[in-house]
Amino acid sequence: MRVHLVVVALLLQVAAAAQAEVYERTLSNGLKVIVKEDHRAPVLVQQIWYRAGSMDERTGVTGVAHVLEHLMFKGTKDVPVGQFSKVIAAAGGRENAFTSYDHTAYFQQLHRSKLSLAMKLESDRMHNLLMSEKEFAKEIKVVMEERRWRTDDEPRSLLFEKLMAAAFQEHPYHNPVIGWMTDLQNMTAEDALDWYKTWYAPNNATLVIAGDVRASEVFALAQRYYGSIPAGELPQRKAVGESAQLGIKRLTVKAPAELPFIVMAWHAPTLRDAEKDWKPYALDVLVGVLDGNSSARLNKSLVREQQVAMDVGTGYDSVARGPGLFVIEATPREGKTVGEVETALRAQLALLVRDGVSAEELQRVKAQVTAGEVYKRDSVFYQAMQIGQMESAGMSHKDIPVMLQKLQEVTAQQVQDVARELFSDDRLTVATLDPQPLPDKPKHAGGAVHAH
Amino acid sequence: MLTKILSAVVLSLVVNVAFATPEIQHWQAPSGARVYFVEDHGLPMLDVAVNFPAGGGFDTAGKVGVSHVTFGMLDLGAQELSEDDIARKLADIGAQLGGNFDSDRAGLSLRTLSSAKERDAALDILARCLQQPLFPEDVLAREKARLIASLKEAETQPESIADKAFGQAVFGVHPYGWHAEVADVEKIQRADLEGFYRAHYGAKHAVVALMGDISRAQAEAIAQRLTAKLPDGVADDRIAPVMIRIKPSEQRIAHPASQSHILIGTPGVARNDEDYFPLYVGNYILGGGGFVSRLMHEVREKRGLAYSVYSYFMPMQQPGAFQIGLQTKKEQADESLGLVRDTLKTFVQNGVTEKELRAAKQNIGGGFPLRIDSNRKILDYLGVIGFYELPLTYLDDFTANVGAVTTRQIRDAFKRRIDPDAMATVIVGAPVEKTGAEK
Repeated sequence: MRVHLVVVALLLQVAAAAQAEVYERTLSNGLKVIVKEDHRAPVLVQQIWYRAGSMDERTGVTGVAHVLEHLMFKGTKDVPVGQFSKVIAAAGGRENAFTSYDHTAYFQQLHRSKLSLAMKLESDRMHNLLMSEKEFAKEIKVVMEERRWRTDDEPRSLLFEKLMAAAFQEHPYHNPVIGWMTDLQNMTAEDALDWYKTWYAPNNATLVIAGDVRASEVFALAQRYYGSIPAGELPQRKAVGESAQLGIKRLTVKAPAELPFIVMAWHAPTLRDAEKDWKPYALDVLVGVLDGNSSARLNKSLVREQQVAMDVGTGYDSVARGPGLFVIEATPREGKTVGEVETALRAQLALLVRDGVSAEELQRVKAQVTAGEVYKRDSVFYQAMQIGQMESAGMSHKDIPVMLQKLQEVTAQQVQDVARELFSDDRLTVATLDPQPLPDKPKHAGGAVHAH
Repeated sequence: MLTKILSAVVLSLVVNVAFATPEIQHWQAPSGARVYFVEDHGLPMLDVAVNFPAGGGFDTAGKVGVSHVTFGMLDLGAQELSEDDIARKLADIGAQLGGNFDSDRAGLSLRTLSSAKERDAALDILARCLQQPLFPEDVLAREKARLIASLKEAETQPESIADKAFGQAVFGVHPYGWHAEVADVEKIQRADLEGFYRAHYGAKHAVVALMGDISRAQAEAIAQRLTAKLPDGVADDRIAPVMIRIKPSEQRIAHPASQSHILIGTPGVARNDEDYFPLYVGNYILGGGGFVSRLMHEVREKRGLAYSVYSYFMPMQQPGAFQIGLQTKKEQADESLGLVRDTLKTFVQNGVTEKELRAAKQNIGGGFPLRIDSNRKILDYLGVIGFYELPLTYLDDFTANVGAVTTRQIRDAFKRRIDPDAMATVIVGAPVEKTGAEK
């Protein structure tokens, strides 16, 4: 173990050094610009993060954050429809965008010489977007196709959508990011334009540039391209929460599939104060103890030893604007029921709550976190992502090394304490997929079809 | 402002971006394995991949799926290590073991810290998984059951149903089109895995790729350590030729999903084919180039018919598939299918314009630095260059090869390779009124 501690100390230095290459400046219009220098390859990424996600939507217009994301590619006065993507492509770039509960972000990856081109285009559509009825009418159809593809025809996505809607009854995490189909059908260009006018402003955004750049040059360019965009008047954000759950919630989704599936989700805290909070770190370690490698508790007991499940997974995200969920999902093995899997899962959790975790398990999770911190530096894009996520969640990129340090300080007692508090039925929603046979399911043809 | 942007575009035509490609060192290990190494001390880590001609294309009739199960069992028990030992010991040092399996290749990859203790411990485990896998009976029984369940699940999901039907339509009886059935998996025995392993995981056809924070001397020692104890590997490393010309077909398969999943294609191009670059660049224009391709423009941008529509060539040892795909709601399936067929037909008949070609070259050439901007990506290139025995200058020549492609070459290559009237079409979740119709 001593050898390992030396390595940890070394790697923490590496991480601290990495964070030292991050520079931050806020323009007078409120746009925060963060630069992560990384000179390993002659490339860069520009990401702009708007603090406007599906959680900011209102009843009847769910999905509008994501619809607007699509429409952001539909042109401005100076850059007609289709031109944005063509110019980025001609510069050798890759681009896209993504919307989540918490934020909407746009990115371009390019050779290092193309930063001003990317900034010119991105800053233009921050305040000059054109909203045409014709483009809206086509794009809303595209989004409905996206919803069918991602959710309606994907049994497990559908299950997660219903799970979120059940677990969160007050908090807007209740609504899917892609929006309810009815809302998409009723959406208008006006809804999208309202959204744009409300939230797309420099003082509601974080610009992250990472890669082979000089921070001073990036700040100068950011001032040139984004500096003159006027700050917007942002609406008051109402605090939203979720009252304590009063008992276990259960739901079932029927969809065409062969295998049943079970998801158990407990309400869990997320990080608010990187220095003072401890539970989210303990929960991160708990994920590792349960599911950090294929011999971790859940896979070893349920899949390998008892063979009650085909697979099992655990998820928890400590960084978010809203409340968290600690999720365990599993597929029963053929001949086993979701009930048997739930019982087996509960037995493992009870064991952990009763006996705690071993020093070895704790150390193993920390070793993985530490190594992951080095591996992360192989991806400029991911490093920028992490910064953007932190800022959008209302934290700071400066919290990243703090979080790493805090994770290393988590004790076995803390993991046991947080597990005891977490795994209560009064925090739990259980969703199960009830597989429905296809109407005219073909019979298993056997090996004969391959006969030559 | 627009004029400024346009002038920037024009400028990028003449300014050819210069950059350094990684220096690839290549040698043959005493074991016979081919080794490809890039030394880079930028990060304290090492990536290694060892691949073999042992992918799905090496399955034999009556033993479909053996290649895949053999691959899947490599890290589930090795000399003196149980599957739990392997997972736990790797986690203890923060190392990550991964794998690669496709129609041609099978192999393991490892990412580890480069500090001596961690590196050595991680390589020790990789060496044993590669050279002394045990294929334990009890683990095999469990893995077979898991695989069978996942096959049954796949038979209910439209995307998997489409992939399977498409493979059979494009490749017929060639192993590139085989999918293991439940009955295939049920009869797999431990001896099958041992036999497949001994025949196909030989040092003489092994390709070792190393990228990262080690010296040449260390790389030489590691490559030998990972391959010295491999079996003889008696099997040929060639896959049977693919029948290039297929008969047109159209399969409409019912499914309750709201969308139709449409796949259209034919055998395409092999990795070492001289048409590779014209087809690659041409396909960027047809359906490979993200938001700016012709298919995307016709299907999504102009008409809003689909979220995703694409085309690609999958270059393999033998010609892999040329494939067009999209999903659209059932009521629009026939309209979309007609549109895609028209777009393809026009493309093959008339080829591309000089303007389109210029834009394609700007993107592929100008975007080259993004292809090699991480250790992970370079490792993947080393694996491909090594496995398909591409020139060591492949990365250096890439931009020039793209730049040399002409509109005429693209038209010629597509005309010779892609017959729009002889494509395999699969529609899963087909519109009800036409279910069962045959072309």
